[in-house]
Amino acid sequence: MSAVTLQLSIIVGYLLLALAVGLVAYRLTDRTAEDFYLAGRTLGTVVLLFTTFATLLSAFTFFAGPTIAYAQGPEWILVMGLMDGIIFAVLWYVIGYKQWLLGRQYGYVTLGEMLGDRFGSRWVRGLVAGVSLLWLFPYVMLQQVGAGTALEALTEGAVPYAAGAGLITAFMILYVVIAGMRGIAWTDTLQGAFMLVTTWVAVLWVLAAVGGPGAATDALASNPDTGGFLSLGGDYYTVQWMLSTAITIGFGVAMFPQVNQRFFAAGSKTVLKRSFALWPILCVLLFVPSFMLGAWAAGLEVAVPEGANVLPLVLAEYTPTWFAALVIAGAMAAMMSSSDSMLLSGSSYFTRDLFRPILGFLGVVVSDRLEDLIARVGVVLFATVAFVVSLFQPATLFEIGNAAFSGFAQLALPVLLALYWRRITRAGITAGILVSQTFYVSSLFLAVVPSSYAGWSAGLVGMGLGLVVTVAVSLATSPAAAERRAIYFDRFGAD
Amino acid sequence: MRRTEAGGWIVVGLVLAGLAIPWFLWGSATVVAGLPVWLWWHVGWMGFASLVFWLFTRRAWGIGIEPAGSDGDSSGSREVGPGEAGPGGDAP
Repeated sequence: MSAVTLQLSIIVGYLLLALAVGLVAYRLTDRTAEDFYLAGRTLGTVVLLFTTFATLLSAFTFFAGPTIAYAQGPEWILVMGLMDGIIFAVLWYVIGYKQWLLGRQYGYVTLGEMLGDRFGSRWVRGLVAGVSLLWLFPYVMLQQVGAGTALEALTEGAVPYAAGAGLITAFMILYVVIAGMRGIAWTDTLQGAFMLVTTWVAVLWVLAAVGGPGAATDALASNPDTGGFLSLGGDYYTVQWMLSTAITIGFGVAMFPQVNQRFFAAGSKTVLKRSFALWPILCVLLFVPSFMLGAWAAGLEVAVPEGANVLPLVLAEYTPTWFAALVIAGAMAAMMSSSDSMLLSGSSYFTRDLFRPILGFLGVVVSDRLEDLIARVGVVLFATVAFVVSLFQPATLFEIGNAAFSGFAQLALPVLLALYWRRITRAGITAGILVSQTFYVSSLFLAVVPSSYAGWSAGLVGMGLGLVVTVAVSLATSPAAAERRAIYFDRFGAD
Repeated sequence: MRRTEAGGWIVVGLVLAGLAIPWFLWGSATVVAGLPVWLWWHVGWMGFASLVFWLFTRRAWGIGIEPAGSDGDSSGSREVGPGEAGPGGDAP
């Protein structure tokens, strides 16, 4: 059996295993929206932790991330730890726990639904869903680009980029439509655990081959090109850049539909508590080996051609073919578990917050059966269009991904205010969201709006702007008659 | 009382975030046991953060979020004024 055949067999075998899990989940799933989107709000600690974890482990963590560590040094680990291990964990409590309580009490399935109810406004609901879908799209594309590039590198071009990305897209569509949230959460658990184990085996394997971490780090220090990698900070890793990145991505993660929706899916308070305490450790366990592998590769002079990812190349150099294939399969699984969750959440935002209200406005009665159909058709369309656009590779992985995270981060502060500040009004949150989004999008596409302010990113500045506008407009306006402020404060209980 | 406690936890959260990156080691390239010392700090700090988070779940879970009258578990009775705000929020 040739190397390429072996690699493809492992990947296909892996996908089939995931599909089998999905089918089992399908048999257990009620045909209701709550069960399809949230697994009936019953997820346990291990499953919730790993499904959120695996959802965060996008192609970035395994492909673009180590590649940046290869090019710029391993400080990314600190940024990842701060953003995911601390900031996101705190938001897990501050946003997540409150959302979970509200969702349990009022039956919310999406963020837009929750806010729309509070502000008595279909427009707010639609705005939150629309903004979310706008950013979700490039991120789904990021995953497809990651998969296509990985397969192409692994097979040394035998599977071209388009075929690889297409294969993954087709599989994801099939999988999401069948499995729903329960199946996704189960396979995420499988994928997350698998990924964690293979990353550690990979790093140990490579280190054994080169003589241990001491030798690998010495190689890094003695190489003139990479000697500066070991000192904390540098031209690329400035204080402003590290903080801007960690804060915008940390807050952005909490607003990502597939992550935010998981706040509604926990089975109990205990599940939320345990997951909360495990976040920092889990982040270190994953990011340290995967990013160090990238950084060490620079010292070992593993050549990475322009546009390629370092991880597959290091593995190809130091580990057997079957193992490299296994890790890439795991990384693709990580990519898919991000994407399948995104497709599911994206479809729930689209169906519940945009399409159904519009049909309702037009006087069309949406039956359960029709909503079910719309949700699944939405998944197919979303994934297919993202795939076709990804074929043009419109920007590098990191730029697309970072734009999406910062875009979602713009939503976080208005949402936090809505959850905790009684004086916020419908006009206030609407203005805060619109102004910060407009500002951030302009910073990406218009030369007049700079993308950096004394080293601080436009994403972070936009968050501040959104905060100020939300507060100022809220103070200047009175609540609309339909607003139901009390439901977030006095009228909800923990149990 | 409850408000002071919430304030205390906000400070704890800020300190945990503030030192996750060891700013005081800026520019340091010291290597210990094969890894830069700033990376060891980070690893240790994240372990410490997990411990603090675990303590929070035991002692203060629900603070700033659960309204008066609901029972937070395992931390005894706590009085919460109906107007209390929590971490990340303003006073009403």
